[in-house]
Amino acid sequence: MAALIIENLHKTYRNGFEALMGIDLKVEQGDFFALLGPNGAGKSTAISIIASLINKTAGRVEIYGHDLDRQRDQAKRLIGLVPQEFNFNMWEPVVEILVNQAGYYGIPRKLAFERADEALKRLGLWEKRVTQARWLSGGMKRRLMIARALVHQPRLLILDEPTAGVDIEIRRSMWDFMREINRKGTTIILTTHYLEEAESLCRNIAIIDHGRIVEQTSMSRLLSQLHTEVFLLNLAAPISSAPALPEYQATLIDSETLEVEVTREQSMNQLFALLSDQGIEVSSMRNKQNRLEQMFVDLVDGSKQMRVST
Amino acid sequence: MNSWQIYRIAFQTIVTKEILRFMRIWVQTLLPPAITTTLYFVIFGRLIGDRIGEMDGYRYIDFIVPGLILMSVIQNSYANVVSSFFGTKLQHYIEELLIAPVPHWVILSGYVIGGVARGTMVGILVTIISLFFTDLSINSYGLTLLVFVLTSVLFALAGFINAVYAKTFDDISIVPTFVLTPLTYLGGVFYSIELLPGFWQQLSLANPVLYMVNTFRFGILGISDINVTLALTIILGFIAILTFYSLRLLSRGVGIKD
Repeated sequence: MAALIIENLHKTYRNGFEALMGIDLKVEQGDFFALLGPNGAGKSTAISIIASLINKTAGRVEIYGHDLDRQRDQAKRLIGLVPQEFNFNMWEPVVEILVNQAGYYGIPRKLAFERADEALKRLGLWEKRVTQARWLSGGMKRRLMIARALVHQPRLLILDEPTAGVDIEIRRSMWDFMREINRKGTTIILTTHYLEEAESLCRNIAIIDHGRIVEQTSMSRLLSQLHTEVFLLNLAAPISSAPALPEYQATLIDSETLEVEVTREQSMNQLFALLSDQGIEVSSMRNKQNRLEQMFVDLVDGSKQMRVST
Repeated sequence: MNSWQIYRIAFQTIVTKEILRFMRIWVQTLLPPAITTTLYFVIFGRLIGDRIGEMDGYRYIDFIVPGLILMSVIQNSYANVVSSFFGTKLQHYIEELLIAPVPHWVILSGYVIGGVARGTMVGILVTIISLFFTDLSINSYGLTLLVFVLTSVLFALAGFINAVYAKTFDDISIVPTFVLTPLTYLGGVFYSIELLPGFWQQLSLANPVLYMVNTFRFGILGISDINVTLALTIILGFIAILTFYSLRLLSRGVGIKD
């Protein structure tokens, strides 16, 4: 059974802005799914419709087989949302925010406190349980929203830029946490502007641009479509000019850094052999650009060109 | 767990949250009406009231006590819902409710009962204070309680509608200042409408607060300027209209959903 099915979803705002122009999306149960797109592409609109925060203009949303229009309660019980903006009562103590949210899902107060305590411990907020939310740091507020979204144990968790503004250490611990809950069976839909985050966490991906899905595939298949990758090679000893590398596009960035474009048909072994023949030793290498980022830019540019030509 | 059990817990959660909210800020919510009403009792009841003499056969302070209690109930039931629901919208934590399987009527009733809880608490506080100034003897406990609760429900609903439409803090203070306070002051809290000339008497009959104050006064003192049955019908009618309208606003997402 699919965790989420979206069919022909349209949204036109009162000011006439058409945010979604008939998107179709299918997210399988247990998936870790990336929904990416530039700012204003329609990601948050789609998420808000799934979470019943805004009304759709047309189309259909189904969550674990429950139609959001006809079986609203059943569908809603299965969703947890971590929104982009902080949306809790800043004056309320942390634990009450979680207990209240659990109550809205019909969880009795005693059990709600147990669940809240568990979530606060897991997300490193236990020390702050009686602190008013306004006194939490940005990272803590993000974690509070994750704890709140999980307190009713949803089967589909939607994370709308959950790590925005969070330092790298906390971000990595949040990634571990997301991987863990996904491993335990929660389907996760993630939107993020950190593309290495999506590449590292997600198995499937959809890219949305100007209210349309421009690509929906598996992460590995998408990345395999990359025709060219650009590598930066750190050289063991300085050189004065770029070496002659037939069939490869090479540029010397500085005396110890060489930039090389490698197409899908070319071999890295061959490149290293050519360099070795010329007495050039490579100490380390890295991608110039995140692979997904490169693909993302290509797809969004492609979508832009298509809109211009039509 | 069936849907009704879930709704019951959701309702209890909203009500508990609302009560904790106004209890947490009791200096802003419970103390001011207690002080204001004490001043009314001292100034209008004792200092000026003794010179006014009797009103409808009662000492002036005895006459105004029911109106002042009800005035506190009206203002606090309204204020609680308007400020709380507006805050919910402003800080976007209305989304906590919208995403959850909470029907609109549960949201509405939770907020209204939260308003009634504050109205009741303030009403009890003011009643206790009034005992220092007057011997309160109740003519009909049932009617007094009924009007107390219905009035509180009615103004909690009105506060909810105000909050739904409000976009700024000004919007939640305009109605209480320019509509609610004049209606309450001209609703027979401090005088019997029989003192007014014919035209103003007729105009007063268009003021819904007059019916509540007089029915409440009838419950306590056994005197009223208007027919009690008619008054109860009007109060219930207003509650029905405002409930229907509030639910319609919620289902259309006015002010809370785009």
